[in-house]
Amino acid sequence: MISTLNISAGDSLDSVISSNAAVKFGRYGGLFVPETLVQPLKELSDSYLRLMKNEGFREELDLLLRNFAGRPTALYHAKNLSHKLGCKVYLKREDLVHGGAHKLNNTLGQALVAKKMGKTRLIAETGAGQHGVATAIVGANLGFQTQIYMGEVDIERQKMNVYRMRLMGAEVIPVRSGSRTLKDAINEAMRDWAASFEHTHYLLGTVAGAHPFPSMVRDFQSVIGQETREQILEAEGRLPDSIVACVGGGSNAMGIFAPFLKDEVVRLIAVEAGGRGPGCTERTADHGASLGQGSDGVLHGALTKILQDPYGQILESYSVAAGLDYPGVGPELAYLSEMGRVTTRLADDRTAMRGFHALSRLEGIIPALESAHALGYCLKHPEELGELTVINVSGRGDKDLSTVMEYENL
Amino acid sequence: MKISEAFRETPLLIVYICAGDPSPEATPELVRRLVAAGADIIELGLPHSDPIADGPTIQAAAQRAIAAGMNTDVYFGVAAAADVPVPKVFMGYYNMIYSRGLERFAEDCARSGISGLIVPDLPPEEAGPLKAACAAQGVDLIFLVAPNTPAERMRLIEQETSGFLYLVARTGVTGARSDVLQSTRDLVARAASSKPRAVGFGISTAAQAAEVIAAGADAAIVGSVCVDLIARGEEEELMTLVSEMKKAVKAAGRARLQ
Repeated sequence: MISTLNISAGDSLDSVISSNAAVKFGRYGGLFVPETLVQPLKELSDSYLRLMKNEGFREELDLLLRNFAGRPTALYHAKNLSHKLGCKVYLKREDLVHGGAHKLNNTLGQALVAKKMGKTRLIAETGAGQHGVATAIVGANLGFQTQIYMGEVDIERQKMNVYRMRLMGAEVIPVRSGSRTLKDAINEAMRDWAASFEHTHYLLGTVAGAHPFPSMVRDFQSVIGQETREQILEAEGRLPDSIVACVGGGSNAMGIFAPFLKDEVVRLIAVEAGGRGPGCTERTADHGASLGQGSDGVLHGALTKILQDPYGQILESYSVAAGLDYPGVGPELAYLSEMGRVTTRLADDRTAMRGFHALSRLEGIIPALESAHALGYCLKHPEELGELTVINVSGRGDKDLSTVMEYENL
Repeated sequence: MKISEAFRETPLLIVYICAGDPSPEATPELVRRLVAAGADIIELGLPHSDPIADGPTIQAAAQRAIAAGMNTDVYFGVAAAADVPVPKVFMGYYNMIYSRGLERFAEDCARSGISGLIVPDLPPEEAGPLKAACAAQGVDLIFLVAPNTPAERMRLIEQETSGFLYLVARTGVTGARSDVLQSTRDLVARAASSKPRAVGFGISTAAQAAEVIAAGADAAIVGSVCVDLIARGEEEELMTLVSEMKKAVKAAGRARLQ
């Protein structure tokens, strides 16, 4: 058999990977893909590891992160929110990243890898459109032909983001298969890649999918946590008692958690979408809580926690926040959650709305509905945060205004 | 029937259909008719909500079958009811197997007369546990190689596969195509296996089936075109196509011997 390596959380990638090993987090992760994709994934893994050891590549990426994306982002002491919660609250301001969310950290990194691999075309999936926009940005900036797969249902719901992508030269391809939402957009991108890998890079937007995506996306997003660590040590002279982030696929959570995994004193809280409640009908779950309510299964190339029926058919998920509306989650989060290193919590639509309004009113920051899940949970359970907490504001809420207005019948 | 018995007399025609499309009740009779028309092995697909290796034709069939009530319990009932004197092979995605439990799934296969499994999203790296479960039941686990599979990996997959080696004729997903690529012929030549080699993905005409046999394959696999004819309710046309393909495959096999 071809070997499989097990690595523990926080191990540096290059110390454990050989080019033909499938990397796992405990039993999670792996390479459950058609044979046609095995080689492209291995080539991607090899190129990524080689480039990350290359100082020139890192400098090029750092420069783009600084001058184009606007990093480092602020770690802001939110005094009014602190007063409300009864503890000292810092906000990691990923809403200030160019494009309006943390997504660009990953798309810049992957697009640069793709460029060095000689690829000329980028494809990506998008649900709400944030990752699609972040891919369109790098496509325009770094000179790729860019095509974004987006469910027909989502295209209708997110017209502004569709227009943003088109403005920057990306083509938005409607996905009409399956449930016509994010999971089907990922399926369609994988099918495209199985035929186009020679000149195309599949720029997956989260820490899910087959190896090397969960590790690579985590690494590109971990700039969030690295900055947070330096900033909180400088401001407070100590590590926080807790860090709170929302989880859909898990990229902003893994990004801020990763550099703190070995600091057992820091409680890591992942807030999933509780949606309308814990129930499900035959084909649709009323939430997006794969970690808390899901079971082991294979989706999009990885063994992880997924929402599925008793026969293994994937359920459609639901959340008012499109970015959390995904029936799977990154395999490393499934592992960390099972190990107890990451605490998994739920915030339903109503709680998220409360967070959305509270941050807007208290601090003059309109958060993305995804981030509002983390904020809403903190408002509800300040006792879990300790004396010093960091909340990851993964994106800004401009994109969500029509959703919120509709939700509140305005 | 064991797959190895079927391959004693090559070349073969392997026919894929999606179980439960148009209805679970219709499938056993469809299988019997396909075998009567010339199918040497039947691939019986278990529909999945997220078939990432399949093109639009088989995706649509899977959705219809799920809507018609197909699930894993029904599947094994249908498979058992389709009593034919040729091997029946399961084709489906790994999560459906994982969800049922690997041992239980392999037992159900053996019990319902299924001789082998093709799992397109399960490369050998991840297949150890299922391979053991299949071996315990005497059921074959069939692996796939693709045009971009490197030589060293090809050798390894040839060793790992049992029953036959599935040669994916082209990159991309399943679906009818109008040509046979040079890369497909190269793949057949490259897979100089000690095990039978069957070529699938993109074969939709008798001429294409004959071409892959002429190139040296032991079997031609046809799927999407059959699924499409079933979707259109053109069962007679399907049976005619299958018998024409069978003739073309046999003729190409005889020509190869001369």
